[in-house]
Formats: sequence, C-alpha cells, structure tokens
Amino acid sequence: MTAKYSKDHEWVIVANGIATIGITNHAQEQLGDVVFVELPAIGRQVAAHEQAAVVESVKAASEVYVPVSGEVVEVNKELEGDPALVNRDAESGAWFMKVKLSNPGELDALMDKAAYDKLVNG
Amino acid sequence: MSDNAPKQTSLYGEHAKLGARMVPFAGYDMPVQYPSGILAEHNWTRENAGLFDVSHMGQCLIEGPGFEAVAGAMEALVPADVLSLKPRQQRYSQFLNEQGGTLDDLMITRHEKDGTLYVVVNAGRKEHDYAWMRRHLPAGVRLTTRDDLSLVALQGPKAEEALAKLAPAVKDIPFMHYADVGIGGIRAQVSRSGYTGEDGFEISVSNADAAKLWNLLLSDPLVKPVGLGARDSLRLEGGLCLYGHELDEAISPVEADLVWSIQKRRRTEGGFIGAARVQKELAEGTAKKRVGIRPEGRAPARDGTVITDQSGREIGKVTSGGFGPSVNGPVAMGYVETQSSRPGTKINLIVRGNPLPAEIVTLPFIPNRFKR
Repeated sequence: MTAKYSKDHEWVIVANGIATIGITNHAQEQLGDVVFVELPAIGRQVAAHEQAAVVESVKAASEVYVPVSGEVVEVNKELEGDPALVNRDAESGAWFMKVKLSNPGELDALMDKAAYDKLVNG
Repeated sequence: MSDNAPKQTSLYGEHAKLGARMVPFAGYDMPVQYPSGILAEHNWTRENAGLFDVSHMGQCLIEGPGFEAVAGAMEALVPADVLSLKPRQQRYSQFLNEQGGTLDDLMITRHEKDGTLYVVVNAGRKEHDYAWMRRHLPAGVRLTTRDDLSLVALQGPKAEEALAKLAPAVKDIPFMHYADVGIGGIRAQVSRSGYTGEDGFEISVSNADAAKLWNLLLSDPLVKPVGLGARDSLRLEGGLCLYGHELDEAISPVEADLVWSIQKRRRTEGGFIGAARVQKELAEGTAKKRVGIRPEGRAPARDGTVITDQSGREIGKVTSGGFGPSVNGPVAMGYVETQSSRPGTKINLIVRGNPLPAEIVTLPFIPNRFKR
C-alpha cells in the first residue's frame, strides 16, 4: 500500500497486517539535527495516538505517537547508533517501529499524501 | 502593532536572506539556526569563526561626574570590583536582590571616556535591569540605554585571523578589554570576550552600520552565521551560566560557583545589595552547588530533570541539558546538594521515569580557549 500520514507527522505503510511507522520528512526538517532516538520495547501493546518513541534534536525532545493500535514486533536498532539517519532518510530507512495491527480500520482515519502535504504546506 | 509582537534586531533582514529559522526569544524574533543546522554551526565555531547576532541584549551607559563616582555607584549593585578596572577593561558580574538571589548577570566595562561605564545585560532582563539601576543609582549618576546600537559576536579559534584582515589592531586587544577600531570604514567598539568558551570578539556598532558589518564579516570564508541553538550548546559545553536556568532570583553567585567573579576586596568589604548572604555563604558554604553532569548513555537530560543519589533520594535538578556536539554526547549542568557535588560522584537522572546513570564532572566540558 502507499503511505498514510497522521496529523502528528508520522507515516505508516502496511504490508501483511504489519504497519511500519516513522516520522515524516517535514517532521525531521522541523526538528533539525537528530541526536538521540528512544524506541519502544518489543512486545509492547500500543494504542493509537499513544506516545511510543522519543526523538531528540540538539535543542529539544519530541514525542513520537503511534497512529495505529497493536503490538510492537520490531524496532529499528540502526537508529540507536546512527540517529542522524532520521535526517537523511526519514520516510524510508529511518523507520522507527513495526506494529502488528489490532484494528486495521484505524488506517481509514489517516491522511493520504495529498492531504498531508496540504496540512504542512497550508 | 501589538505590544506582544516580537521585536526585530537591525539584522532581521539579513537573517531572512540567509534562510534562518526564526523563533521568539526574549521578546525578539531571533535566528535559532541557519540552513546548515545547529551541529554544523556549533562545530564551525569550535574550528573556525562563527558570527552571532546578539543585538537583542541590552547595551547601556552609566555616566557620572568621574570614574570613582560611577564605579562606586555600580559597586553598590554588584559584587565585582569595579573600582580597580583599568580604562577599557571589563568584568563579568551579577545584580543581586536583597536576599542575595541573582536578578541578572552582566558585563561591566570601564569606558575610555572618564566617568562612563558601558554595561551589557541579558535581553530578557533588560527592562527589569534598567528599572533596577534607575531606582538605585545615586543622584548625579545616570543611565542611558543604547537601543541605537547593535551587537554581534565573532567567536572561534579563527576569529582573530578573520577580524584582523579588516582591522589589524584587534590582535592587540587583551582578553576582557576593548578597543575602538575601524572595520572596513565602520566605527566599532570591539571587546575580546564572548559566550562560547572560544577566543573571540563582541562588536558594538550603530544600528545603521550593522548589516554592512555583518555582510563584510560573512564575506570571509572563515566566517559563517551561527544561531541561538548553537550559542546554547557552545555555552553549555563551556560551562557558562544562562539566566533563567543556572541563575535566578533564588540562586546566589556562591551557589552558582561564580566566586571567581567576586574579587577579594569585595568579599571582605561587602557593600553591595545581597552582600549579607554572599559573605555568609563564603564563610560557611552553601547547601547546594552548580555542577557539570555527564550522562553515561546517549539520552540527553533536559532542564528540570530530577537528579537522585544512588539510593534514589532526590538531590537536585538539571538546569540546562542537551547534546554536546564537541563532546559527542549528552551534557548537562544543574544543582545538587553540596555533599554530592564532588567530581566523580555517581548519580542518576530520572528521564521519562527511568533512572539513567550519570556522573558529576568538572566544568567546563570543553577546555576554554580564551586568549589571555
């Protein structure tokens, strides 16, 4: 499927019931240089819009929310050693976590790319 | 225009042209970073020369019938020795309240013109400070604010090389002194001082000349613009206090480990607002003390983070914390109980509910490279 987007600036791509989640390119631009990423524990049950990760720039810490509910089945360990990957490749290689969907219907509430671009560009 | 609308410095248009990201800071729209980003700007300043707009700071003159009159008037308000300043020499000090808490920190310069002090205070405190000075200065000593002046800082190991191409005389300015120099035909008051832990200069010019000076300095490939984001990470690594974080109306300069800025005569004689507490603390010590903190992992601990001892008892709080690009890891400053303030003491930082191991360390994180 193509990516969907949340108003909190996360992207989601679903394949075989598993959602891969990261932050948008717009979000990383706003954050600036990312210096630390804290990821959730594998196996954690998360609810849609719950804080599941933290991304820190030189200036500040920001929460990363999961746009969908489910179980965290994988996290991107590469971000722990190379947090700047978020700046270089936010919408692909710098994914944060994979969540096994418990309520796929929640995807319908997310935006497509055109709607998200309109949100951030006004 | 609304009273709440952020003010602009005379360099606002230059920041816009450079593509800076502007943020409200102390009532001004200020550049937090340029397109290169905070890390690159920080590292450039440590290796070359960074140019900062600090025109939001409060520049003012204290004038009176002679040096002793104005120095004496200032000594009633600050713990520094002002009377022993030589012409063109400057000192760092603080305004204290009656309880010995800190109202602001500031730079005091003995102007070459007799009976004149040039004072620079923090942007966010300038209206307060001006009112405080007007209330306490004696008859015959007057305060003149200088909103007609801009202030830029050129900081870094190549600051002297870059500025000397335009004004060779700056090579001879000693640390914490100033000289009047011409920079490409612009009249400027240049002091050897700054807020990064590096050698460098602070340059005061008329608002009308500020953009011309800014662009002249930026035309040197050694010089790049640096925003408030890197200014903060540079001063944090340099172990320098930021008002509202390490200093506030409850914190004394003794607790803040600023005793070096209180010269011997003033420690003995007192005679400044807040002296009773300062002298008592000099004699008896303080219950808490400002320290450097080095988290062991990679997670930064931000302002307000609770500090505990190894048994989990709260012993203090972080006042500034973030990522130190030159340290290549998280760094912080904060206050802890004095018995836990010795470098090497193991502590925990409570970040998002989890205790993260950290250690008290000697400040600064990066050795100061002032040219003395």
